[in-house]
Amino acid sequence: MEQKTKVHAEAGKHDLVITRDFDLPVELVFRAHAEPEIIEQWMSNPYATARVLKFEGKKHGSYQFESTDAQGKVVFRSNGVIHEFSPNKKIIRTFELENAPYGVQLEVYAFESLTDDTSRLNMHVIYESVALRDQLMQLPFAQGINMAHNRLQEVLITLK
Amino acid sequence: MNLRRDVFQAIADPTRRAILLLVASQSLSAGAIAANFDTARPTVSKHLQILTECELLEQKQTGREIYYHINAKKMKAVADFIEPFRSMWDDRFNKLETIMKKYKTK
Repeated sequence: MEQKTKVHAEAGKHDLVITRDFDLPVELVFRAHAEPEIIEQWMSNPYATARVLKFEGKKHGSYQFESTDAQGKVVFRSNGVIHEFSPNKKIIRTFELENAPYGVQLEVYAFESLTDDTSRLNMHVIYESVALRDQLMQLPFAQGINMAHNRLQEVLITLK
Repeated sequence: MNLRRDVFQAIADPTRRAILLLVASQSLSAGAIAANFDTARPTVSKHLQILTECELLEQKQTGREIYYHINAKKMKAVADFIEPFRSMWDDRFNKLETIMKKYKTK
């Protein structure tokens, strides 16, 4: 089976490209990146609920996201500023995890229509250094393990 | 080529990743693992078999039960690679796709 999401990260470089083909018109993929209540839905997962604290979808606008665990505890906050916001075409923004030593990354989202019902998103992410890129790439999994620990604890507590 | 033994194929599946996360902290019996999922027990067994075949999980017989624990060495080799990051984005984008399909008809 061909993978719908591809990550291209060359060794020794401080950037990477994420490419995803969607069975959706480009307008809907852009909307999913432009409307807070939709962003909250797809950024959430079984271990964490995403909340959009602030979102100004325009040039010179800024945003702030928050992720909370099942107990409502804040797991992390992230924020950035928007440099370009062209509907159905492009978003350029910065991203940083608050109170974390990972620096600021620049993200270029290019939206492309393939057919009336399909589209492609190309995300170019540029990190401050090679080391930071490599560290951040390993983060989701490390976090997942911590969250699984927490979840396991929850399960064990209910069993008591 | 036996795809089942391919470690990246193994962790491409969300249920198998969830199993790995479950046993990351302690070894668990097949029953205890299955109790965490809505899927049928034989399906979970199949997942455990695949994870064991590609050496992400190791089995240990304790009394009548077989306990599964994580093979840290193998996991480290995988964690060093791109796949977990890709999987996270794949999960997110799959969700995005499902959500937005509802908006399509509106």
